[in-house]
Amino acid sequence: MTVGLFVPCYVDQFYPGAAIATLQLLEKLGVDVAYPANQTCCGQPMANSGFEHLTGDCNALFIKNFAEFDYVVAPSGSCVLHIKEHLHHPISEKIYELSAFLTDILNVKSLPAKFPHKVGMHQSCHGQRGLHLSQMSELVAPQFSKPGSLLNMVEGIEIIPLDRIDECCGFGGTFCVTEEAVSAKMGVDRVDDHLKHGAEYITGVDMSCLMHMEGILKRKGSKVKVIHLAEILNGE
Amino acid sequence: MKEIHAEHAELAGEFNKDEDRVDWHDETLWWIRAKRDKAVNQLPEWERLRDAASQIKDHVLGNLDTYLEQFEANALQNGVKVHWAANAEEHNKIVYQIMLDQGVLRMVKSKSMLTEECHLNEYLKEHGIEVIDSDLGERIVQLAEEAPSHIVLPCIHKKKEEIGELFHIHLGTEKGNSDPQFLTNTARIHLREIFLTRKVALTGVNFAVAETGEIVVCTNEGNADMGAHLANVHIASMGIEKIIPKKEHLGVFLRLLTRSATGQPITTYSSHFKTPQNGREMHIIIVDNGRTRQLGRPDFRNSLKCIRCGACMNTCPVYRRSGGHSYHNAIAGPIGSILAPNLDMKDYADLPFASTLCGSCSNVCPVKIDIHQQLYKWRQVIVKEGYATKTKKVSMQVMSNTLSSPTAYHLAGKMGRFVIKYAPFAVNNRLNPWYKQRDLPSAPEQSFGEWYKENRKKQ
Repeated sequence: MTVGLFVPCYVDQFYPGAAIATLQLLEKLGVDVAYPANQTCCGQPMANSGFEHLTGDCNALFIKNFAEFDYVVAPSGSCVLHIKEHLHHPISEKIYELSAFLTDILNVKSLPAKFPHKVGMHQSCHGQRGLHLSQMSELVAPQFSKPGSLLNMVEGIEIIPLDRIDECCGFGGTFCVTEEAVSAKMGVDRVDDHLKHGAEYITGVDMSCLMHMEGILKRKGSKVKVIHLAEILNGE
Repeated sequence: MKEIHAEHAELAGEFNKDEDRVDWHDETLWWIRAKRDKAVNQLPEWERLRDAASQIKDHVLGNLDTYLEQFEANALQNGVKVHWAANAEEHNKIVYQIMLDQGVLRMVKSKSMLTEECHLNEYLKEHGIEVIDSDLGERIVQLAEEAPSHIVLPCIHKKKEEIGELFHIHLGTEKGNSDPQFLTNTARIHLREIFLTRKVALTGVNFAVAETGEIVVCTNEGNADMGAHLANVHIASMGIEKIIPKKEHLGVFLRLLTRSATGQPITTYSSHFKTPQNGREMHIIIVDNGRTRQLGRPDFRNSLKCIRCGACMNTCPVYRRSGGHSYHNAIAGPIGSILAPNLDMKDYADLPFASTLCGSCSNVCPVKIDIHQQLYKWRQVIVKEGYATKTKKVSMQVMSNTLSSPTAYHLAGKMGRFVIKYAPFAVNNRLNPWYKQRDLPSAPEQSFGEWYKENRKKQ
């Protein structure tokens, strides 16, 4: 089984640690994983702004980079959802968000990870409602959580409760600048829920939501940090 | 002529200048969402009910012509006068003509979002007809000379102190009294006089049953009934999509409607109107106003399934923090944002962008409209029709070029990180909306791509 590692553009540029943790975690689990050097972006920033018709070249590049692999894995629910819903190519059948790949394909039952901290789990909307990584609070259906089940394998971790378990953080791609007031207020409210319940870290499957909340935390002067799920699962 | 108004982002920005009010608005609506969750979790068959409702509406939309004709034939048989209106103007004219025929200048009206969509109140006022809205929330916004900000909770943006002040000015209550029970009783006495003296009553329609020709009107206050039963003439205005084939289908829709809307098992009054009383008249106006155009758009056809419960507004994190008026449309929130561009694509081009596409709206929708998917699709249509700003077009083209070329991408990334690290003033300023309330991520020494080249390629 060969796996192509897809690292979303903003993770590549601003959060290489999340990508390194993803790579190391997959290697640790015995996966034959490679990172195609010519990759850029999934095209979502254009498409969500109404410019899906400009994503043709970006899509072609994505396919060229990843067609050869059995699976494509990315540390992001949002970018994976975009490929799945809008690329219209067989590649969208074999792309997985990291936590879903670990639970559904690798059937990971235990991890040698340790993280003795209070952690708030942020449910990123595209991963949760789009990829069904966790059950959604709106539905009358049995509870489950793919990232949650992985965090439960981590020694010493304490997952804190939240008042609103799956409310959006307000990032929303270009929404964060075009609707600045509402976006920032959503971010402030989401962060406050975590702070109120004593989080030392906020984690999630999408660095974009975490980047948004980190921006709010830093502006507040808070010591609480954001950390990608992969970095906790890869921690020893 | 439509008045010129600001776009959603600007109006929402205004709303956010008072953070306490935003918090209160958000928490009030979230409380209703929580009540809804509690109610729906008491029904193990909830998701199957949603499926059934969605499928019934699918069937109706696919056979609308047949059902509308069946409904009309049965309503005529019942002694009801049936009118057809192609658009808002025709609808308003029909209502006005009925008023003229009756020789009356005053009307009492219960909740009808369709009449808001048609701007009936303004039209009738211009023609010398007085309309009193009898739904308490609608009466309050009417006194304030505002539009409803929510389809189920029209004055949800108002605090009780503001309502006390409005009642003091318009209904003569003592100044400073904002006790809810006192205010409600004042409204009750005020409206009782209206009900007793108005000869024409207009109501909305929640469901129109094709097999019987009857209509069902749901209210919690009984105000539709008070108006319709005491007047000589009952006018009911309905959009063509209100049809359900059979009476038994109410067993699906009535169970979904109020649980979704407020968390109640059913509305206090679910009233069936079928035949006019002796010596009285009943009129039903069936309105298109763009609905057949929407029916012809495969991507947006499902929006016509909406039963106006308002659940998508209560759950929407953007609506809760921007207020209904920021949508500058009769119907606000996620559902309003997919209905409005059909009415006027240019005027409402901003609304499909007033969302993070979080998807919560689609999950609470009792008839399973894929609201957030339609928001995404409207964005594509709006841009293709040329309603994107020029700056946006240019920046998107630059982004597309950069992301299509690995060389350009790597260079842009290096430059971006360099700027954040060595020239933070270039991005940390008031011109950058991100920086206004949020810090930027700190720039790492190298990108993952650069790290990988150093650490893995050699192996």
